[in-house]
Amino acid sequence: MTSPLEQKKIKIAGPSVVTANRTWDGIVVYRTAAKSWSADLSEAAIVRNSDEAKALLAESVADDVGAIGPYIAPVQVGSDGGIEPGNLREQIRRTGVTIGQSAQA
Amino acid sequence: MYAYDEIDRTLVNERVSEFRDQVKRRLSGELTEDEFKMLRLQNGVYLQLHAYMFRVAIPYGTLATNQLRALAHVARKYDRGYGHFTTRQNIQFNWIKLAELPDALEDLAKVGIHAMQTSGNNMRNVTSDQWAGVAPGEIEDPRIWSELIRQHTTLHPEFSFLPRKFKIAITASDHDRAAIKIHDIGLRLIQNEKGETGFEVLVGGGLGRTPFIAKTIKHFVHGRDILSYIEAILRVYNQYGRRDNIYKARIKILVHELGIEKFSREVEDEWQHIRNSSLQIDDEVIEDIRSRFTYPPYEKLPHMPDELRQAAADPDFEAWRKNSVAPHKVQGYSIVTISLKPTGGPPGDATAEQMDALADLADKYSFGEIRVGHEQNLALPHVAKRDLPALWRALDKLGLATPNVNLISDIIACPGLDYCSLANARSIPIAQELTRRFANHELANLIGRLHINISGCINACGHHHVGHIGILGVEKNGEEIYQITIGGRADENAALGTLIGPGVKFDEVADVIEDIVEAYLALRERPEELFMDTVKRLGVEPFKERVYATR
Repeated sequence: MTSPLEQKKIKIAGPSVVTANRTWDGIVVYRTAAKSWSADLSEAAIVRNSDEAKALLAESVADDVGAIGPYIAPVQVGSDGGIEPGNLREQIRRTGVTIGQSAQA
Repeated sequence: MYAYDEIDRTLVNERVSEFRDQVKRRLSGELTEDEFKMLRLQNGVYLQLHAYMFRVAIPYGTLATNQLRALAHVARKYDRGYGHFTTRQNIQFNWIKLAELPDALEDLAKVGIHAMQTSGNNMRNVTSDQWAGVAPGEIEDPRIWSELIRQHTTLHPEFSFLPRKFKIAITASDHDRAAIKIHDIGLRLIQNEKGETGFEVLVGGGLGRTPFIAKTIKHFVHGRDILSYIEAILRVYNQYGRRDNIYKARIKILVHELGIEKFSREVEDEWQHIRNSSLQIDDEVIEDIRSRFTYPPYEKLPHMPDELRQAAADPDFEAWRKNSVAPHKVQGYSIVTISLKPTGGPPGDATAEQMDALADLADKYSFGEIRVGHEQNLALPHVAKRDLPALWRALDKLGLATPNVNLISDIIACPGLDYCSLANARSIPIAQELTRRFANHELANLIGRLHINISGCINACGHHHVGHIGILGVEKNGEEIYQITIGGRADENAALGTLIGPGVKFDEVADVIEDIVEAYLALRERPEELFMDTVKRLGVEPFKERVYATR
C-alpha cells in the first residue's frame, strides 16, 4: 500500500512492475517488456533490482501520452511464472472494489 | 430553487469549451500531464485507483429534478450506473473516461451544473444546511448568502491559488447541520439586538492530519460586510499561510500558530482597509439574489391530515415517519430525509435508476426540489403531510426508505482503499458490515442517536474525528489497522473524539463497535441518555476496558 508519492528513492525488496493509469480512459495498466502498456498484469515486465526498476520507471514516465502517474509496485511471481499483486492496494487495482455490489458492474 | 442568470450560464458554457480544448491537447500530447494536472483538477477531475474520478458540485446542496436526472444520465452514459454523494455536497463518478469528460460536462452544463470549485487550492463549493429555507426557526435562508459568496469567489484570481484548499459552510439554525465548526470558515447567520442580519464568524476548523475545531473570530459581522470580512481573512491567510509544507498549509495551522487573538488583529487591520470599498454589499444585490430563490406555492393544509392518521396504523410506515420525517416551517408540510444507507450498501451511493425515480417523486411530492446533506443522505424539502404514506411506499420500492437516519447504521464513510489513491485502508466494507450487524431497527432505535464516521486515511474525508464513534484506517506493516475514537461530534457543540487504545485489525472492527455499544447500553442510566451523554458522563475508560479486556 505504498503511495507512489513516497517513491522518491527507488529501492525494491522483490520482484516489481511499473503500473499506471491509461491516459485516455484512466484504466489500470502495466508496462510491458515491449515498451508498451497492457491492462493484463501477466504481460508486465518484471524488474528485480533497483537499477532495473529505475530504468523501467524512467522509460514509463517518458511515455506521458500513453499513461499517467507511473510507479513501481511489488508483485509475487509464482513457481509457474504467474504474477500476482504484492499488496492489497494493487490487488484492488487489479480485481476491482471489494464491496460486492453494483460497483463491480 | 435558485435561477441562474445569463452570466452564470455563459461562465459554465465557456468553461466546458475551454476544458474540451484542454483535453484534446492533452490526448494529442501537446500538453504533458504536469501541465494538464492543474487544469483537470480545476474541473473536478482526479486520478484514483481504477480510473479518473469526476467530482461535481451541488452548491449548498440544492438540486432541481432536471439536474438530478442529468446526474443520473452521466452515471448511466459515462460511468457505471451510479454516483457517490460526498460529505461536502458533491457527487463523484468513479469510472469516467478522460476522453468523454467534456461531453459529460457539456451535458451537465445544460442544466446549470459544473465541477468548478470541487478540487485544487481554491475556494471550494460553499456548503450549507440541507434543510435551508424550510427548517423552522431559521433567521433567514442561508443559501442566499452561500450564493453571494459563490458568485464572489468563483474563479476569483485571488482565491484560485491559495496555499491550500479552502472550505466555507453556512448555517442559519441553532442546530448546526452544516458542520460549520470543522470548516476553514464557518458562518452562523444571526441577528443582533437591532434586528440586523449578520454572521458569527468562525475560523480555523478542519480535520485531516491535524484536526482543530473552529474558533469564533468575530461575534457579529453585518451582512453587508461579510464579503470584505471573508476577503480580509483570506488576505491574511494568503500572506502568512505556509506554502512550503502541504501538511501545514491550511488556515487552521496558521490560526493555531498565531493564536486566535493575533490572527483576529491581523484580519481586523486588513478589514479596515477594505470594508468600505466596493466589497460592501448593496441591499439591492442581496435582494436580487433573494429574488432568484423561488419557494413553492404552499397550500394551506391541516397539521394532521386523514391520510397520515390512517397510515399510522402501519408500524413500518410509523417507524419510517418517526425516523425520517422532520417538521417544516409551513404547517401541513414536512422535510423528508432519504437514507442512502441501506443495509449492506455503500454509504452515499445512488444508482442512476434511483436518481431518476427520486426526481420523479420530487416532481410529484416536493415541488421539484431535492437536497443533499453532508451526512451523505438526500432530502425532499417540501412534502405535504397528506402525501407521506404514498411517498413512503414509493421510496420503499426503490430501496430508499431505510428508517435509520441519525441511527447507528447511518454511517458516514469515505471511499477508502476501494477507490481512493490516498487511502491506506478500506472504509466501505467496514461500513457495510456494521450496517448488517445493526440492521435490526428495534435494536438501532434502542441504541438511539449514534453517528459512526469512517475514514480510510488520515486525510479524514469520512470525518472520523467528529464521529460519536470514529474509525480511522491506517496501514501497519502492510496490514489494514483501525484506530477507534469516541466522543467526537460535528454539530454546534463540535468536539474531537478521543482514541480509546491500540488499533485493531480489519476483521475485528465490527466486534469492537459491538462491544462499545454493549458497554453503552449497560452503562447508561436511562433509555433517554444518548451515547454521547454517557461518554460525557463517564469518559472513555469504561469503553476502553470493555474493548481491550479480552483483546
